[in-house]
Amino acid sequence: MASAQVYPASEPARWKYLDRIRTRRGPYTTEAYDPSMVAEAMENMMILVIGAGGLGCEILKNLALSGFKNIHVIDMDTIDISNLNRQFLFRQADVGSFKAEVAAKFVEKRVKGVKITPHNCKIQDKDEDFYMKFQLVVCGLDSIEARRWINATLVNMVDEEVEDSYKPLIDGGTEGFKGQARVIFPTITSCIECQLDMHAPRPAVPLCTLASIPRQPEHCIEWAHVIAWDKEKPFPKLDKDDSEHITWLYQKALIRAREFNIPGVTYSLTQGVVKNIIPAIAATNSVIAAACCNEALKIASSCAPSLGYPDNNYMMYSGNDSIYTYTFKHEKKDDCPVCGNLARELVVDPEWTLCELVESFAARPEAQLKKPSIRAESKTLYMQSPASLEEQTRPNLKKTLRELGLAEGEEIGVTDPAFATVSFKFKLKFKQ
Amino acid sequence: MTEIVASQMPPILHGPSEKERKYDRQLRLWAASGQAALESANILLVNSGAGTVGVETLKNLVLPGIGRFAIYDDRVVDEADLGVNFFLDEDSLGKPRSQCVTELLLELNPEVQGDWYPKEDDATLESLLAASPMFTVIMYTNPVRAEYIHLFESYSRQHKTPLVAIHSAGFYSSFQLHLPGAFPIVDTHPDETATTDLRVLSPWSELGEFARNMAIDIDKLDDHEHGHLPYVVLLIHFIDQWKRSHRNEYPSTYKDKLEFRRLVQTAARTGNPEGGEENFDEAAAAVLKALVPPSLPSGLKEIFDYQPKDPDEESSGFWIIASAVKDFYTENGCLPLPGNLPDMKAKSYVYIQLQNIYKRKAREDVAQVLGRVRAIPAGEHIDPAEVELFCKNAAHVKLINATGGKAEVDTSLAGRLKKVVDQELANDEFAKEAMMPLSLVPIYLALQATAHVASASAQEIIAEVAKVVPDAAQNESIASAAQEVARAEGGELHNVAALTGGMVAQEMIKIITKQYIPIDNTCIFDGINSRCQVLRL
Ligand SMILES: [Zn+2]
Repeated sequence: MASAQVYPASEPARWKYLDRIRTRRGPYTTEAYDPSMVAEAMENMMILVIGAGGLGCEILKNLALSGFKNIHVIDMDTIDISNLNRQFLFRQADVGSFKAEVAAKFVEKRVKGVKITPHNCKIQDKDEDFYMKFQLVVCGLDSIEARRWINATLVNMVDEEVEDSYKPLIDGGTEGFKGQARVIFPTITSCIECQLDMHAPRPAVPLCTLASIPRQPEHCIEWAHVIAWDKEKPFPKLDKDDSEHITWLYQKALIRAREFNIPGVTYSLTQGVVKNIIPAIAATNSVIAAACCNEALKIASSCAPSLGYPDNNYMMYSGNDSIYTYTFKHEKKDDCPVCGNLARELVVDPEWTLCELVESFAARPEAQLKKPSIRAESKTLYMQSPASLEEQTRPNLKKTLRELGLAEGEEIGVTDPAFATVSFKFKLKFKQ
Repeated sequence: MTEIVASQMPPILHGPSEKERKYDRQLRLWAASGQAALESANILLVNSGAGTVGVETLKNLVLPGIGRFAIYDDRVVDEADLGVNFFLDEDSLGKPRSQCVTELLLELNPEVQGDWYPKEDDATLESLLAASPMFTVIMYTNPVRAEYIHLFESYSRQHKTPLVAIHSAGFYSSFQLHLPGAFPIVDTHPDETATTDLRVLSPWSELGEFARNMAIDIDKLDDHEHGHLPYVVLLIHFIDQWKRSHRNEYPSTYKDKLEFRRLVQTAARTGNPEGGEENFDEAAAAVLKALVPPSLPSGLKEIFDYQPKDPDEESSGFWIIASAVKDFYTENGCLPLPGNLPDMKAKSYVYIQLQNIYKRKAREDVAQVLGRVRAIPAGEHIDPAEVELFCKNAAHVKLINATGGKAEVDTSLAGRLKKVVDQELANDEFAKEAMMPLSLVPIYLALQATAHVASASAQEIIAEVAKVVPDAAQNESIASAAQEVARAEGGELHNVAALTGGMVAQEMIKIITKQYIPIDNTCIFDGINSRCQVLRL
């Protein structure tokens, strides 16, 4: 039953609506919930927001209006004009400034009493001591690599003896009218790496199609991007945000398309393919960021059960055809390379060369490693760096797995510079 | 074909305009046509209560560049507003809420116009509705004054204006679309894989000839040629082969299709260095989807069977084209060909030839439909582009609010609600046993019980719900929903308001651009379990 008693920490008139919910029992609050402590505890909590883009702007606003007072935000990006259709804390005059800084300043000014500390850098620039300071992490990122990195870092930070080392991770993502929100209790529930196959990469177009039998406008654009650019080097380094560079690729693609009578190459498509642009709108960001922050409020206050534990931990949202949500429990995987302790089975052909194995890691939905280094139980097979080790191990690339003496059931360890702290364990299984 | 003409012109050297750059990420979703529709829209928000959900919706419409908006809200900003509404600040205290919110929303996008009401104490909603340029959509948030409902409904009837009723309280929210009649959508944006229509079972003559010519000496082709036969050609060839040994019938049962797939798979050459052929793999993978005889999708059947309710509706482009497509279907036994060809392993020039065969047929079908359109009274002025779009999307055209006709809705509204509620609660008995998620209809009922009052106790809410569900007090879900709504006392949680504002904005965009498919007609959100349910109430 709803009790009449409300327990505000500060400014009761201002936080009237919030306090009615977060400091009063409802029909779904558990016995352990202590409403008298909530508001004050939330004011002292430190919460980290990763990403100050479309989702990040919404997340900062939502957390500030959910009673959090000490928020940090980290983002290395600067503001681009194409951000302005949804990243509502930025104006035309802010183009070129750091997102984290402008966003933090804006929300601090609008919502009195909130302190927001910006970090204009990459998440990889911060160490465990930095992440250890926070009680909760909310992610609004568009890159899967960054998500995997923070996930692996938070899982590795868990020390069973230290309660404070468990940092719940709330993650949101959108594409067009669709999105997802999920809650991860590191080492306890399914992590981002366990769920990696939910976000399979788009299959790459085979090189021979690009080189000799293009059929689609995308093939012509990829040809310009991958082959023509390398051959002609019109500028020292490709800058995907430089319209002169995109125009060069567009024209090259157009000439190639005409040669093969392929319709459909446009500037916009060129930009979309080269930058791998994902359509994004304010409305979807609003849905997903709020779904994430709603969980943050519930986790921080216990005023209602949150996603994550023990049942559902994942909400899928789709607005293309009516509105559809699917909220379910994604199971933790014992063979997850980050949070599991069993090696994951890897089906390989013993007649593959090591080079083929190395290249296969990028395309496997459950691995998606672009620069893998591989160790077998007794020896190093291939190292991407340092240069001397690369040179030393390079001859192995041409040998088949059988020639290298690898056996069925053998465990290999794979590392990738994108995940400095993690070694992915795989157990070889030979195709018959 | 416009594409061919365009590709003969010299490359355009100038990049996108400033505006195209700003709106790039959304133009990829609704194109210039959708953007133009947004920019000519005029939205009214009648705001009340805690007042955040409607403002969050507007934020998500101002950013993508809605033409203009107006806010009618007679409240003055107080302390509690600052704890829940981001588009107010310390300076707003004591001023009209509509004014302050409008000013801060307008900062988001210099291309959008906005105004606020009432400016004088005597300016009523009625006078605003009478004096303003026509509104494209009217949104109102609960708790709304009961007498306003009548104003909205009569405005909606007169101008055919969609209404959106929104309610957000604590962890719960719901919103309902009231469309002024049947609402057809042509540009529904189905998944790309759903739009493929290859006609391999009954290829028209040009396609059949092309395929048979290519595969005539299939066994004599060298490995390179053999490995580059497009899978459409392979399917047509092997269907011919199958028919010769199956009394001229194509594989129709599931078992047949599996057997046919094996036939295709075993015809692949494996003696080559790759140990197989990609085009044969593609053909085998396409069997179950491509070997389907033409049929009428249920959405389109509904449209063919629908009788437009009034003369205005009947003479609209959509219904004229629909009737022409229906005739086309009756005569040809299939829909106009969409004309797109998925990518497949093939030599470039062969693929382009094949693509042009599909496009040519699609153009012929469009021309046939256009001929029929022109023969219908009022059909002579219809834009051929509209006909082309309909033909391309015919299988995915969708009708929302199909019962249409305001009078019919009025008489059956209460009855329909009762029927759906009874059904949902009965389903819950099974859902509990099966550990399935329960219906969210109790949340809707609890919110509706406070649609016109600032707040109510759980007992008052249950008493109100009992008008629809006589044994409401004994229903655990209803009792809990009532307690949760009572806990909020009419207050909003910012997150739930923002989430709901995002969903409503998506729906507004769909209605205004007539792209994608809107809900039909009520969405309920449960912020405790983080899920939605859409019901037709
Ligand atoms: Zn894991």
